[in-house]
Amino acid sequence: MTTGARDSRAQGRDLRTRVLWISVICAASLASGIVACGLGSFPSTPAQTLIALLQALGLGAGQSVDPALSVVVVDIRLARVALAWLTGASLAVAGCVFQGVLRNPLADAFTLGVSGGAAFGASVAILSGLGSGLAGGTFLAAMGGGAGILPVFALAGALLALAAVLALGRAGGGADGGLRRETLVLAGIVVSTFLSALISLLKSLDEESVASIVFWIMGSFQGRGFEHVRLALPYMAVGLGLVAWRARELDLLSLGESQARMLGLDAGRSRLWLLVGASLLSGAAVAVSGVIGFVGLVVPHLLRQVVGAGHRTLLPASAFLGGLLLLWSDVLARSILPGGAELPVGVVTALLGGPFFCLLLGRSARLGRGA
Amino acid sequence: MIRVTALRCGYGHAGGWREALHGVDLRLARGEMVGLLGPNGSGKTTLLSALAGLVPVKAGGIEVGGADISRLSPRQRALRVSCVPQRAEVAPGFSVRELVLMGRFAHTGLLSGYGPEDHAAAEAALGDVHALDLAERQAAELSGGELQRVLLARALAQGRELLLLDEAASALDMARRVEAYDLLAALHESGSTILSAMHDLNLAALYCPRLVFLKRGRIALDGPTTEIFTESNLKDIYETDIRVAAHPVTGAPQALLVPGARAAALG
Repeated sequence: MTTGARDSRAQGRDLRTRVLWISVICAASLASGIVACGLGSFPSTPAQTLIALLQALGLGAGQSVDPALSVVVVDIRLARVALAWLTGASLAVAGCVFQGVLRNPLADAFTLGVSGGAAFGASVAILSGLGSGLAGGTFLAAMGGGAGILPVFALAGALLALAAVLALGRAGGGADGGLRRETLVLAGIVVSTFLSALISLLKSLDEESVASIVFWIMGSFQGRGFEHVRLALPYMAVGLGLVAWRARELDLLSLGESQARMLGLDAGRSRLWLLVGASLLSGAAVAVSGVIGFVGLVVPHLLRQVVGAGHRTLLPASAFLGGLLLLWSDVLARSILPGGAELPVGVVTALLGGPFFCLLLGRSARLGRGA
Repeated sequence: MIRVTALRCGYGHAGGWREALHGVDLRLARGEMVGLLGPNGSGKTTLLSALAGLVPVKAGGIEVGGADISRLSPRQRALRVSCVPQRAEVAPGFSVRELVLMGRFAHTGLLSGYGPEDHAAAEAALGDVHALDLAERQAAELSGGELQRVLLARALAQGRELLLLDEAASALDMARRVEAYDLLAALHESGSTILSAMHDLNLAALYCPRLVFLKRGRIALDGPTTEIFTESNLKDIYETDIRVAAHPVTGAPQALLVPGARAAALG
């Protein structure tokens, strides 16, 4: 690398540039939310959408807007847009945490099998008839019934899958008992695939259609409303709080356990809380949306290039870009097929994220060889 | 400042337990600068790690500044002991300033972030190691010598009372070694207690008034450099013929290797 390139990259992380990037991402996130509320089979201009949204908040009373449009924008689309944004933000922040704590650029809720575990936990909750309003046994029926127990099961599944993957990764790791990058991801894929198969089996036994299983395993926001936002938000808020509170610890952990401890961090406890926080975020996201891959992998990586690795800026930036990415992925998922049919949103994120993951794997393998 | 008593410690692994230190006694007075020497695998790194609380103590005790370190929290320990690790890995994406600021972690509360005091301490530490011009650079892209200086700055930002260095100069060229140790000597002058694990006998004899030699997990020699840095002592410890001559400028004892001596020693 030339000195000039290095200098310009160094300057790229200076405070003003970071603040600028974060402002741009925040602004884009907010603007996208408004635009996305206007997109669909009953389109409205961003200005009309904004007026409808403001009126819902009791503002902008002087303006007039079609009441039917207002219903579509506020009652139907806003909930879906908000849920997609929250889910994307949660998955991206969780990815940041998994990558930092495990010091593995390939780690995220999806590759570690945490999302698979959460989906399995949620399926068990639905099929065993736990929680309220689970009549019909289908996922959507359960969701519609406001099954408050669902995220708890999803969280338990997420934590169990994470424990299994870490144990597997350790068993297959180096002689020092450490975790190898590729081994960990391999363990994640094994656990993930196994759990997907189990979910399919459970749901087939429940005579659910293959189509709805696919939507569950690939993730979707179809038919989601404010009750789902209310269901997931408390868990996401607690997870986010846990993680944000320990952002500086995440910086230390990403240097490795021995340096973290030299600098005064109780590494074991810190790692445990951060993993619990990330699992809460992933579990809540999966409970309302199914398994959506690659958001947690792609977003932190892109951002490290522009805002640096310091987690006090990386975490909020990831939340906003993750929300932005999933929001638009959902817009694509509901508008790309003709005739009002929907794609699972996980298909869109996988189409975008798959090639990126390959790129990353190649780079990581080169790093592993010490090149 | 440091009181190590009958210390036994080591590492657990799949095959069981491997003890690296078999009963080490060591005292360091406040303000001393001591070189820790010994062949590869003699336990230098383990001793430093135990002092930093990174390796569990199996038997014996370690007191730093009158406190039993096994009873201190990681934060309290980090406030008393600053370490410069050997060949530290630095995750990409952190600037030098951010890395040095991490040295202040133990000084901050769980809820508060790094304050103006912490930024000032990091800045001062960077100035002390002549690395202010590196502040905005990417830590992962530094040369070995630059990174070593930055890690020293991080340790200084953490605390100056007791510094533990593990082969801090091994990766450096001759000029950078002198620069690093001149800096340590200045810190020693200003009252810091320094324990530095080293490979370079001559560098140790030039800068450290007292040397401690470890061999196979035990202390083999401990005393003033001028008294113990002798041909017969070095020969016993390193099992090869070593000659000692006076440094032409400072008069400090310096070790010279003899070609072919090792083959003769092995018979």
